Amino acid sequence: MTTASSAPGGLNPLRQTKPRYGEAIIKGVLVLAATVSLFTTFGIVISVLIPSLEFFGEISLGEFLFTTTWTPLFANPQYGVLPLVMGTLVITLIAIAVAIPLGLGSAIYLSEYASPRARRVLKPTLEVLAGIPTVVFGFFALEFITQVVLVNIFPGIQVFNALSAGLVMGIMIIPTIASLSEDAMAAVPGGLRDGAYALGATKRQTALRVVIPAALSGIVAAFVLGISRAIGETMIVTIAAGLQPNMTLNPLEGMQTMTSYIAAAGAGDVATGSIEYKSIFAVGLLLFVITFVMNMISIRLVRRYRQAYQ
Amino acid sequence: MTATLTPPANPEAVDLRGHGQPVVDKAFRWVLFLCLFVGIAFLAILLAYVTIKGWPRLDSRLWTNMPSIRRPEQAGAESAIFGTLWVIGFTALFALPIGFMSAIYLEEYAKPTSRFARFVEVNIQNLAAVPSIVYGILGLAIFARALALGQTVITAGLTLALLVLPVIIVATREALRAVPQNIRHGSLALGATQWQTTWHQTMPAAIPGMATGTILALSRAIGEAAPLLLLGAVTFISFNPTGPFSAYTTLPIQIYNWTRESREEFQVLASATIVLLLVILLAMNAVAILIRNKTQKRW
Amino acid sequence: MSEIHDPNAPQATSDLANTGRMDVSAVLGEERGTPLDDAIPQVVFDLNNVRVFYGDFQAVRDVTMQIGRHEITAFIGPSGCGKSTLLRSFNRMNDLIPGARVEGLLAYHGYNIYAPDVDPIEVRRRIGMVFQKPNVFPKSIYENVAYGPKVNGMKVNMDDLVEECLTRAALWDEVKDDLKKSAYALSGGQQQRLVIARCIAVKPEVILMDEPCASLDPIATAKIEDLMKQLAADYTIVIVTHNMQQAARVSDRTAFFTADVDAEGVRHGRLVEYGPTRRIFTSPKDPRTEDYISGRFG
Repeated sequence: MTTASSAPGGLNPLRQTKPRYGEAIIKGVLVLAATVSLFTTFGIVISVLIPSLEFFGEISLGEFLFTTTWTPLFANPQYGVLPLVMGTLVITLIAIAVAIPLGLGSAIYLSEYASPRARRVLKPTLEVLAGIPTVVFGFFALEFITQVVLVNIFPGIQVFNALSAGLVMGIMIIPTIASLSEDAMAAVPGGLRDGAYALGATKRQTALRVVIPAALSGIVAAFVLGISRAIGETMIVTIAAGLQPNMTLNPLEGMQTMTSYIAAAGAGDVATGSIEYKSIFAVGLLLFVITFVMNMISIRLVRRYRQAYQ
Repeated sequence: MTATLTPPANPEAVDLRGHGQPVVDKAFRWVLFLCLFVGIAFLAILLAYVTIKGWPRLDSRLWTNMPSIRRPEQAGAESAIFGTLWVIGFTALFALPIGFMSAIYLEEYAKPTSRFARFVEVNIQNLAAVPSIVYGILGLAIFARALALGQTVITAGLTLALLVLPVIIVATREALRAVPQNIRHGSLALGATQWQTTWHQTMPAAIPGMATGTILALSRAIGEAAPLLLLGAVTFISFNPTGPFSAYTTLPIQIYNWTRESREEFQVLASATIVLLLVILLAMNAVAILIRNKTQKRW
Repeated sequence: MSEIHDPNAPQATSDLANTGRMDVSAVLGEERGTPLDDAIPQVVFDLNNVRVFYGDFQAVRDVTMQIGRHEITAFIGPSGCGKSTLLRSFNRMNDLIPGARVEGLLAYHGYNIYAPDVDPIEVRRRIGMVFQKPNVFPKSIYENVAYGPKVNGMKVNMDDLVEECLTRAALWDEVKDDLKKSAYALSGGQQQRLVIARCIAVKPEVILMDEPCASLDPIATAKIEDLMKQLAADYTIVIVTHNMQQAARVSDRTAFFTADVDAEGVRHGRLVEYGPTRRIFTSPKDPRTEDYISGRFG
């Protein structure tokens, strides 16, 4: 053996010479910043939950969820949330009836058919739709879709109606569905497509029978997220669908949704602590729970396809 | 040698010409294109409609006059323009540092196995999809009432900051992830600490991507109206904000207010304001795209 | 076949075209003039049963060897034999890979590099590294060299240090007028010399090189090899290379690694043979070494 191989005495020169407090502090600050998002969720839960609990101290959960009259401004107010849920449901159904076929169709076209050059132009153009403020969509729904287009098709239509809000909301959601679906289709390994082509399948057969089934969980995640966005959208319905709670399935009538109730009541000058003030939070809680469940389903589904193809 | 071609016994079997269902395939392709076309056509009609409708009011009155209920021909959106600047300024002030730091923690510091980091990640994914009106409820309950900040610029800025935080975090993480690992390793191999590496090497290399993501996030905040409805922006404001605790209105809110007026002049004014808002957003997006294109593919 | 390790016929393998084998004996480094026997005069690294794991997977099996001061030690062997992995455990770069861990004793001047009180940052200041792909920073040439001294808080005249390091890396003459230019404007070979300059700017004792010429053309490679020989006067160099001729040209000692494939088909690296380069290339003791250097394997 040779000179330096036995352990020498003294302090290890490789140990940390000076403590690096700065590094530790920085890491602490970064962790703290990351917890802001946790506090945001916590803040949302607390801020909807506490007034809601007070609300349900005065109005029973059963009355809230299962009765059909929502008249918080009446002398004798009633808090049956079903008309708002119905309004949300009708408008969301119209929106997804527009957005799912158009969004999925756009995604298949972009992913399987468009040339790379066409894709470079078409995709960002479509995504401009996602960048248009919702108040602009609301204005367009009311002023153009209802008063220029729909009145000529349905003469009896009300100025504020669910149909125009739903249609425009559907267009608004197309980029969400198209973009997420396309991501899912892009993640399908090329080998699967090649396999189908090698068997003599056409592009259409390959897209419909190979790519879509393989990307299904991602596509469903896109649908779920799109529906969640439709349920949570506020400005379009506030402007174009009116503010009248209406327990109906007729899309030509005006109706109020959960979101537009929150917006209308919250914008007014309601006294803190009044039952009307608390009702904002009760409806907010319902909205948050519904969208939270849908978001979680969507996150799970996305994770599933990522795991499958990585 | 000459090869003679023997005709096949069954000519059908070697017919390589297309057969089957060409019509169906072609129709399918057209239907798909139509799906895409609907969205794009809608966008074109929307832009044309607001521009034509707003054209008569697209002049200096729009940005030099205050809103007015009684005299639509003199009304403008000056207070909304300044209100938007104030609110977005505070949004950026709160959201950018926290967003960047969160992203750096998740991307550069957290171990992939860290449960805390994974929890934060799922939480951010969920927050990104929480309806914006719910953030309004948060702002109303916590900032406006519990912290007694009232219906002010700062309440709006804080609320919108939380709203766009997930967008900034996701975009910053992507920008950091695009910096090649060997840059970090080169720095660490010289005896640089984790933070020195992040500060001197990774972040400067990621700045174009971070800038792009940030601009897109802020342009979302500029167009956002729903949470502000709960935060006092709807009240009639005919003065510019004077500070963080001032009352305010913003462009989307001003548009909303005008859509509620029945007189046609106000609809024209709303259209003109929409054009102004869209031009601002378009300019921001153009800058973002410019930064992205200018710095693409450096490694 | 016995030509290579037959001391009486060292020239007999030269017909590359016929045998498909490379003539390593012809390139064995003469300049270094080191006459080596198996004993190492001054030990820098002392490895005793070093094992490297990624999670449950053992990438390197018990390695026992010593690395000599101011010598160039080459690690050769087929892909997946763990030589890069082992090299990266010398300056704790493996710490950056989640789940990586080192067992056994890896001592630097007698101090265990993996002792709990050891600071990886201190280790990396003393033991520099040059990577396979020239990873210059997206900054100016000057800033690339000055970065290490700056983050290490070295109190030096930076202009002088930059010039000295670039000169030592045989790059000064080519870049002295362009110090403010982006390092990305340099050619691959220049970038790799810049990385070497950057590395010696923090005054390390050891330079680890992980296939430093893998992405370079032959001329750039020759320059780096010349540079390594010059640097060996002041630095201890450990180089991982796929190129046996390179190992033969530049190194004083060569360690040959190979991969065992276990029952489940998983590859584990192990050290097969280690000794003075001249002996390894002319008279290897292990038949696997001979197979490898005579081109029958790997």
